[in-house]
Amino acid sequence: MTTLLIADHDGSALNDATLRTLSAATELGAPVHVLVAGSNSDAAAAHAATFTGVENVLQASDAAYDHLLAEPVAALIVSLTGDYDALVAPNTTNGKNIMPRVAALLDVMQISDVTAIISADTFERPIYAGNAIQTVQSTDATKVITIRTAAFSVAEEGGSASINAVSGDTGEGLSSYVGEEVAKSERPELTSAKIIISGGRALGSAEKFQEVILPVADKLGAAIGASRAAVDAGYAPNDWQVGQTGKVVAPDLYIACGISGAIQHLAGMKDSKVIVAINKDEDAPIFQIADYGLVADLFDILPQLEAELDKPS
Amino acid sequence: MKILVPVKRVVDYNVKVRVKSDGSGVELTNVKMAMNPFDEISVEEALRLREAGIASEVIIVSIGPLKAQETIRTALAMGADRGILVQHDELVEPLAVAKILKQIIDEEKPELVIAGKQAIDDDNNQTGQMLAALLGWPQGTFASVLAIADGEMDVTREVDGGLQTIKLKLPAVVTTDLRLNEPRYASLPNIMKAKKKPIEMKTPEDYGVDMTPRLTVLKTIEPTGRNAGVKVADVAELVAKLRDEAGVL
Repeated sequence: MTTLLIADHDGSALNDATLRTLSAATELGAPVHVLVAGSNSDAAAAHAATFTGVENVLQASDAAYDHLLAEPVAALIVSLTGDYDALVAPNTTNGKNIMPRVAALLDVMQISDVTAIISADTFERPIYAGNAIQTVQSTDATKVITIRTAAFSVAEEGGSASINAVSGDTGEGLSSYVGEEVAKSERPELTSAKIIISGGRALGSAEKFQEVILPVADKLGAAIGASRAAVDAGYAPNDWQVGQTGKVVAPDLYIACGISGAIQHLAGMKDSKVIVAINKDEDAPIFQIADYGLVADLFDILPQLEAELDKPS
Repeated sequence: MKILVPVKRVVDYNVKVRVKSDGSGVELTNVKMAMNPFDEISVEEALRLREAGIASEVIIVSIGPLKAQETIRTALAMGADRGILVQHDELVEPLAVAKILKQIIDEEKPELVIAGKQAIDDDNNQTGQMLAALLGWPQGTFASVLAIADGEMDVTREVDGGLQTIKLKLPAVVTTDLRLNEPRYASLPNIMKAKKKPIEMKTPEDYGVDMTPRLTVLKTIEPTGRNAGVKVADVAELVAKLRDEAGVL
C-alpha cells in the first residue's frame, strides 16, 4: 500500500498547493512517494525530500515533462502506477489537467476536489459550487484523487527522504509548449495568502481598483482578489478571480470590498477564517456570512483603513 | 472538418439547489434546467469556427434523460447542424460519458471536440481530459483563445497565475473556460428552424458501454453554514476587533 503524490512545482520548490496535498495524502494512511517531473527539477526534488511523511522522492528529469504538459506526464504516471494504490494531486490547473487523463488511461473514475478523507476509499467533495457536500466511496482498485487544497494545511518539514531517478513513457509528442504570460508580483499568491482583500464591481474601473485596493493590500501584505463581476468588467485580471469558476481560497482574513456576495463568489471564499464585508448596501448577501460588516462607501472606508493600520495597536 | 460538442442538461446556474432531507442527493423535481454554461461557450466556439470557414459541420451530443433533447434543441437553435441523444435516465459519470463519446467519435470522425471544462452540477472537470486519453488525442483544457492553422491548433489556457499557450496536433480535444467567448442567443426564426433539424436517438447499449457508477454516493448534506456576525460602526472599531477579538492582524 503506497500513495503517489504528483508534485506541482516551478523547478525550484514544490508549491504551497502541493504541500497541502501532502497532508491529505498522508491521511490515506500509506507511505507517500512524491513524483517530481521535469528537467532542472533538482531543487524541487530536494525540497520534496525535506517534508515529514515523504518516504521516497521520484525524479523524472526528461525534458518531455517540462511545463507538466498533460500528455507526457500522464503517460509517465501510468507507466509508474503499478506500485501504487492511490495517485493524488492538488487541484491546481496542472492537477486538474493531468489527473483525469491518468484516470481514464487506468479505467478509473477520478474523485475530484476532495475536501475530507474519511478512509482510504471514502471521501467528501463539494458539488453544485459547494451548495452540497457529497460523501462518495470508490470501488476502483486504484484511487485517482485531486485535493481541494484550501481544506488542508501545509505539511511539516522534518523529513529526509531519498531521491531516486525514474524514467517512463514520454507520450508521442502530441503537444508542445509555446509560452506563457504569468503576472510577476511581490504579493503573496491568492491560494496561499494569509490575508486577501477583494474588490467587486462597485470599484467602477480598473484605475479605481488599483488606486483604492492596492495601498491597503500593500499595508496588510495581502493578496488581491476580485469578484467575477469585477473581472468580467475588466477591472481586474482573470487570475485574481475568487469563486466557483475562479480560485477557492481560505485565508485567515478575507476582506470583501464592494462585493454583493453572489453564490458563485461565496463558493470560493466562505471557508475563510474571518470574513469582513464593506458594502454600502446593507441588504447585500455578503453580510449574511461576514463576521464583521461595515455598511459604508468603500471609497471613504479604504483610505481610512489604510491610515488606521498605521496607528500602533 | 467536423466539430463535435457534448452538452449536458443541468440545474440552471441561477437556482440555489436544496439538499433532500433524506440525504440521498439534491432536489431536482420542478427545478429549472438549462444547458451547462461552459457547454454554451463550446457550442458558440464551434459555430464561430464554422462561420469562419474552418469547420463544415457542428454535431451536438448529449448523454442524459429524454428531456436532454431540449438541451440539444437549444444548441441547434443557436445554429448547430444536428444532434445525437444517448438516452440514460440515471446518474452519468464522466468516465462512462467519455467512453460513449469515444465510440461516437470513432463513427463520426470529427477533427475537433469542444467540451465545457466542467459541468456545474457535479463539478468534476474530467470528461474532456478522459475523452482525450481514450482517443489518444492531445488536450487543450481551460481554453480562452483558439487558433487553428495547418493541421495544428494553438490553445491559450487559463492557468494558475496567468495564461499559457500550447500547440496541439489535430485531432484534439479542447475544454472551454468562461472568457473564450460570449454565447449568442437563438433568434426566433432559428428556434423554428431547429425544430426540423435531426436528433438521432441512441442508448448506451448501442455503444456497449457499462453505465454502472464507479463511485457510490453514501450521503449528501448541506454545507455547514456561517452565521452573520456583527456590524461595526467605523474603521477604528473594525481594526480593533480584528486585532483583539479575531487576532488576525
